[in-house]
Amino acid sequence: MVPLVSEEEAKVRIARRIAEEFDGVGHGLVINLGVGIPTLVADYIQKADVFIQAENGILGVGPLAVGERIDRQLINAGRQPVTETPGCSYFDSAASFGMIRGGHVDATVIGAFQVDQEANIANWIIPNGKQLGVGGAMDLITGARQVIIGMQHTTRDGKPKLVKRCTLPVTGFAEADLVVTELGLFAFQNGKLILREIAPEVTVEALTALTEAAFITAPGLKTMAA
Amino acid sequence: MGDRGKFRTVAEAIALIQPGSRIMVGGFGLAGYPEGLVEALAASGIGDLTIISNDLGSPGVGLGKLLTNGQIRALVGNYYNWNPEVGLAYSRGEIGVTLVPQGTFAEAIRAAGVGIPAFYTAASAGTELGKGKETKVFDGRTYVLERAIHADVALIKASRADDLGNLVYYKTARNFNPLMAMAAALTIAEVDESVPVGSLDPESVVTPHIFVDIMVRRV
Repeated sequence: MVPLVSEEEAKVRIARRIAEEFDGVGHGLVINLGVGIPTLVADYIQKADVFIQAENGILGVGPLAVGERIDRQLINAGRQPVTETPGCSYFDSAASFGMIRGGHVDATVIGAFQVDQEANIANWIIPNGKQLGVGGAMDLITGARQVIIGMQHTTRDGKPKLVKRCTLPVTGFAEADLVVTELGLFAFQNGKLILREIAPEVTVEALTALTEAAFITAPGLKTMAA
Repeated sequence: MGDRGKFRTVAEAIALIQPGSRIMVGGFGLAGYPEGLVEALAASGIGDLTIISNDLGSPGVGLGKLLTNGQIRALVGNYYNWNPEVGLAYSRGEIGVTLVPQGTFAEAIRAAGVGIPAFYTAASAGTELGKGKETKVFDGRTYVLERAIHADVALIKASRADDLGNLVYYKTARNFNPLMAMAAALTIAEVDESVPVGSLDPESVVTPHIFVDIMVRRV
């Protein structure tokens, strides 16, 4: 099936919308960005007073390093060479996860394979006998104060990723706070999934058909910027 | 011998490792792993090893070499998707793999080094990785009891050392190295540069020398 929004456009839209969440939220916000769409979020954050933490031991991740600035001993959690921002600091992995587990990280932005209507998240493994990795996903979603999921609305073959009940191994239970896809912005509030913003390409009916999870449409439903 | 202090050649250091040992190796991806020691361990052919590390490098690169050489019996770590040979070897039953969430992995190593046998964390509660582990509810939230992770040998990487073995690291090459330095019966540090005692700013020392047994210079 032909997607309503191209993959490239979807990724940019999701990253840009998540970045907006951080703009104007006071100062000194500490966020951790996962691999994939979440990494793109950094490109769209306008405020200079957001500090990006990477779990391999850096607070103050700057833009990706290119050319002569590449230093193989200065990387983010996705193994990409990065730069430092002024005021950057380094620490060991226990201190890094101490920040995360201790509630000192305001938000984590992660991708997911599935999120269900109980706010459970499946994002660490698709069992196929080949993948063997969990990384910091379980620590991040149980530790960060806010868990923001940036993911495409459906799988490549058009199946909903917002589901009734995760069928893939769960990373953490009732941890999701916000889900941003290219078709809508959903928030978990008092155990309910609320659609707050909808993309211009779809109606609520069309979105419902692409979403297995039950959701409530917010009274003041807004249109997402395309 | 005495005037070399803790410094040994790489060959002398590797000769201290027994087959069947549990070995911690610092590093995250290819940042901050002790390249010289890992190369020498791969060349030594010492086998039946349990490797405790964040990941296993890339296929045939870094720690990946130990797997390619068939020197590994088991792995304890958290992210092997960068080296698909791990998944293949595991699915063929050639190696054991224990996956531990990264934050739990770091804390379990720290705990081993500081005399704490176990601790509770919310990570993995109710998930496949938490299966079979004791849990306890504190203030309405479920936590998993995790045991400390010890090793026979730690192979770590530092940027600078003084002759006593006080260590300073470099940027994100620090990662698990200071934790592993504390958690093994024998800690071998590979250092890029060594300076006389008294030349490091005491405030800047990350790993005090009592945690370091042997040092090798990166050549």
